[in-house]
Amino acid sequence: MKLPFALPKLKFNRNMRRRLTDRAMSLAALMCVVIALVPLGSILFEALVRGAGALRPTVFTLDTRDGGIGNAIQGTLILISLTSLVSLPVGILTGIYLSEFGKGRLGGGIRFFVDVMTQIPSIVVGIFAYSLILALAVLGVVSPRLAFSTTSGIIALSTIMIPVVARTAEEALRLVPNSTRESALALGIPEHRTILRVVLPTGGSGLITGALLALARVAGETAPLLLTAFGSGFGFQGLNQPIESLPHTIYTFALDSSTGLNQTAWGASLILVLIMLLISIASRVASRPRFASR
Amino acid sequence: MQLSRIPRALGRALLAWIRGRSYFEVLTAIVSIAVVALLGVIAVVLFIVAEPSIRTFGIGFLGGTVWDPVAGIFGAAPFIYGTLVTSAIALLLGVPISLGIAIFLSELAPPWLRIPLTYVVELLAAVPSVVYGLWGLRVLSNVMRNSVEPAIQSVLGFLPLFQGNPIGTDMFTAGVILAIMIIPTISAVSREALLAVPENQREAALSLGATHWETTRVAVLRYARAGIFGAIVLGLGRAVGETMAVTMTIGNRNAISGSLFSQGQTIASLIASSWAEAATSPVYLGALIEMGLVLMLISLVINIAARLMVGRFIRRGEGAA
Repeated sequence: MKLPFALPKLKFNRNMRRRLTDRAMSLAALMCVVIALVPLGSILFEALVRGAGALRPTVFTLDTRDGGIGNAIQGTLILISLTSLVSLPVGILTGIYLSEFGKGRLGGGIRFFVDVMTQIPSIVVGIFAYSLILALAVLGVVSPRLAFSTTSGIIALSTIMIPVVARTAEEALRLVPNSTRESALALGIPEHRTILRVVLPTGGSGLITGALLALARVAGETAPLLLTAFGSGFGFQGLNQPIESLPHTIYTFALDSSTGLNQTAWGASLILVLIMLLISIASRVASRPRFASR
Repeated sequence: MQLSRIPRALGRALLAWIRGRSYFEVLTAIVSIAVVALLGVIAVVLFIVAEPSIRTFGIGFLGGTVWDPVAGIFGAAPFIYGTLVTSAIALLLGVPISLGIAIFLSELAPPWLRIPLTYVVELLAAVPSVVYGLWGLRVLSNVMRNSVEPAIQSVLGFLPLFQGNPIGTDMFTAGVILAIMIIPTISAVSREALLAVPENQREAALSLGATHWETTRVAVLRYARAGIFGAIVLGLGRAVGETMAVTMTIGNRNAISGSLFSQGQTIASLIASSWAEAATSPVYLGALIEMGLVLMLISLVINIAARLMVGRFIRRGEGAA
């Protein structure tokens, strides 16, 4: 370091300046945290102020064509339960492979690509589900009208959810101590029973946390549903028909010129954000002991 | 003769692989391979459906500056441009803030504050994209139009970047929303990279009389720079693919404009905003799907690069929403 000061002054000045820089940078770093929390606070505040008033009991019973969100809540519940039904078994089996067997090159490759899959933009997944139906329709397997339907929505959401479940399941199962596996195997229990009856239950809380996080991710997705499930003014009409969802309602009501519908969009956002925050906090609480033991 | 041997050799290798393994392992392996194969299926299906557009416009599609569905002319340049511009704004604004957060949370904050603040910052990632869009459209865009953009113009208005009448729903606002949305990703991954720096790095610097900031700068940041760089690339990947919040704030105009204060369109927002009207025309739909293919390739390259850099710091459940 070169400093243009006389020597006796230099020591005093330099230390003062170093301490000031230290304080200034700490303060600047703290300010970064504060700046990041402003949007979060503003979103929560606006959703509460503008949305709470819109959440009258009738909003939950009316369908979206009458300005309510009843069918949207129903649609989101249907979409995420059917998606979980597909994604949880497939994702957990993949997670089992990655944590129990996938130590070689094949396992490494699968892990890498599963990771890459969690990062595909969700809109691309929506295009994929829609195009898959179109491609199958060309082969004559399905009707092209299925492209805008509950089914294609579930295909899209599952494509997003499976890799997330797989990675979280792998992490949860990796935390199960090897001694647990070895004791079960030493008792003569076959490998698959050891994994299904001993390892899976031991990693249970982690699996549930992961499943919840994956569910939260899927429940807030809008872009893929816009391209597949599309939205509908009515309640559920079958797997081959379009279906409404909470995020899609927020999107259409937000863009509407009616202030009443805008307000309902804020109300629906309030519900969605509260669900997300609850899941997020619940998963943190559930995973806390794991962090302490690391 | 030679060709017919290949499947047999493959079959024999497969049998040898299976023989050493339990049925359960083979079952889980098949499921896992099927999951990963989905990535290939996605690429193939997108290629098939985009084929009318790829055949009609060829490689010139990427450079075309006109997007006119009525005339049947489709060029990707305005949207690639919009994606680049909004992502650049997002990184310029988001990276310093994210790094400040990561440094504060891992190095400078008092210990009792670290865990709760980390949770709170990560809550930013729990807000759904469409809610950011609603907030951006109804709250942020007003602030941008009435205060931020006029303020920038009064200082830097002579630059071509900041010309025009502030409207609030423009590329700049979309970039700001993206900056907010990539903060949790970049700060979480950089924080992991900082936490992975060995304690003796810090102790050595501190024992030489360095202040906390000097320790951070000399001993910690330098050591973790590969991880931090990967975190930034990961944030870029998220910004490039983000759809709903951008669609709702960018103004949806299919043209290139030099000013950040003018309306634009990204690849993702183009697809989201014109999907329904494209469904009737194969070439229009093909052009949109080709845009999706471009987006997928961009984000694959970005994410593979990031993963090769930070593989071990990446936490579960990260990802573009």
